[in-house]
Amino acid sequence: MNSPVDLGVITDLKQRYKGGVLKYRQMGYWRPDYEPKPTDVICLFRITPQDGVDAEEAAAAVAGESSTATWTVVWTDLLTACDDYRAKAYRVDIVPGTGPGTERETQYFAYVAYDLALFEEGSIANMTASLIGNVFGFKPLKALRLEDIRVPVAYVKTFKGPPTGIVVERERLDKFGRPLLGATMKPKLGLSGKNYGRVVYEALTGGLDFTKDDENINSQPFMHWRDRFLNCMEAVNRAQANSGEIKGHYLNVTAATMEAMYERAEFAKELGSCIVMVDLVIGWTAIQSMSEWARRNDMVLHMHRAGHSTYTRQKNHGISFRVIAKWLRLAGVDHLHAGTAVGKLEGDPMTVQGYYNVCRESFNPQDLARGLFFDQDWADLKKVMPVASGGIHAGQMHQLLHLFGDDVVLQFGGGTIGHPAGIQAGAIANRVALEAMVKARNEGVDIEHEGSAVLRAAAKWCRPLEQALETWKDVSFNYTSTDTPDFVATATVSV
Amino acid sequence: MRVTQGQFSFLPDLTDDEIRLQVDYAIDRGWALAVEHTDDPHPRNTYWEMWGLPMFEIKDGAAVVYEVNACRKACPGHYIKVNAFDNAHGVESTVMSFIVQRPDDEPGFRLDRQEAAGRQVRYTTHAYATEQPAGRRR
Repeated sequence: MNSPVDLGVITDLKQRYKGGVLKYRQMGYWRPDYEPKPTDVICLFRITPQDGVDAEEAAAAVAGESSTATWTVVWTDLLTACDDYRAKAYRVDIVPGTGPGTERETQYFAYVAYDLALFEEGSIANMTASLIGNVFGFKPLKALRLEDIRVPVAYVKTFKGPPTGIVVERERLDKFGRPLLGATMKPKLGLSGKNYGRVVYEALTGGLDFTKDDENINSQPFMHWRDRFLNCMEAVNRAQANSGEIKGHYLNVTAATMEAMYERAEFAKELGSCIVMVDLVIGWTAIQSMSEWARRNDMVLHMHRAGHSTYTRQKNHGISFRVIAKWLRLAGVDHLHAGTAVGKLEGDPMTVQGYYNVCRESFNPQDLARGLFFDQDWADLKKVMPVASGGIHAGQMHQLLHLFGDDVVLQFGGGTIGHPAGIQAGAIANRVALEAMVKARNEGVDIEHEGSAVLRAAAKWCRPLEQALETWKDVSFNYTSTDTPDFVATATVSV
Repeated sequence: MRVTQGQFSFLPDLTDDEIRLQVDYAIDRGWALAVEHTDDPHPRNTYWEMWGLPMFEIKDGAAVVYEVNACRKACPGHYIKVNAFDNAHGVESTVMSFIVQRPDDEPGFRLDRQEAAGRQVRYTTHAYATEQPAGRRR
């Protein structure tokens, strides 16, 4: 047909708005000349177009469907400053390792810029309704993934962020210079309130800083939530008196309604708990409400990312966890499960370090090897304490400390409760392993390579650690990660 | 009992040489060092007594070990800790803290319970070390 017009933006108003269907790029959603403004939100999408849909049109369609476009031309656009409100796809790169000559079908990284005026201040619900709304079901794409996002400082400043943050949490707990230790109570379902509190008591008295409800402990027939709270706080207070240290148990206040969550959170506060937790499945609005509550009540807010793997794990479709982590830092949580790299759950080590950087740094420089595509200035927003949990044990202490440093909660659930000499022994083993490793690192020992020797030396005088090392010596989860960064040192632009 | 506050309470007590190595780690990072002591090890006792001012921009870790020993001599029955402080933007807080002296006899804590409405209990942690009036403690 009339191909010269086909490829470019139609600028003639009569042509542009005469009714019918145009290509998205003809409508102005593909703008290779566009320079993103410092106040723009920038999204990086991984696009797998349907056969016959070219990269630029697919990118333009994503920009259109995540901003102002609908499937046909509407004259009412002319009642608005529509050029400002249109998102602009301005760059498309072929994803390294995909396309002709590779084993994977062709995918593209598409960069899309959104004007700040498109978003309501301080609302993750509003931002996500645009960026991951209708567009993810759009037929001309086989698959779509939101890989990364740059949130401009102007928008960051409309969010309150974590109610407590790493620095203040440490000051409240009086714990500095080492990772914190935690454990999730097991079995996660079925224990009575009294027996559940027993596990909390043993783990905290043995030497852990925190214990944790699991994501699906709410108020089931075997244990009413009030019974759980009362027994856990007895355990926390006893353990504090036994050790002279501040202890905490993440009381899961996740419930069916906001009213029920507030009721549970208020009860946790009345009982003197320093921390409550919610699950990611409660949704963005509920998370922001609980963050406000935590801020009002001096409470640390722990986030368990239950459900995220349904959309974060597959590389071709969904949302990268680094984007979820960014939204959660804005929404305002204090703890966030961000992976272990060495444990039982999905996580390429460099990719996981990228999530940790999102949680903890004041400024994330672009770091393609860790999956970070953009510089991100956090504008003094507080820092989120990442949590490493899932299939880790004392024998990996040197790897964990080397990978993640001091500002992390290391959670050994099975690795505490499954200790052959009991829960207290399991907690002692973990704490001794941790302190010995931190001390050795500070003394200049190369723990990445000599960490095993540090553990063995400590095990000579600490029988519980010796037993732990013996019990789990061969446990590792060496599976190939499904989600790894795709990059080459200098990405080439294909236009 | 053994109060397990600080970074290294689950390990054998640090020798002066080991303290020096930790201090050097802090100095290498440009952190300030401080010595603090108390006779009240309650977990919520935020403000221990300062043994002089924090030492900013020191070059030689021996100075810190010297102050630890001076504090030990003056307060033989107290808990003493070494803190490192990082004044970098975005931290501006304590980044290391470890106990370098503790009393020979650590009497520990009593947990007092006040039964309240419903099944609620109000808890108070009572440090036996503070049973004597402050003026009569050593």
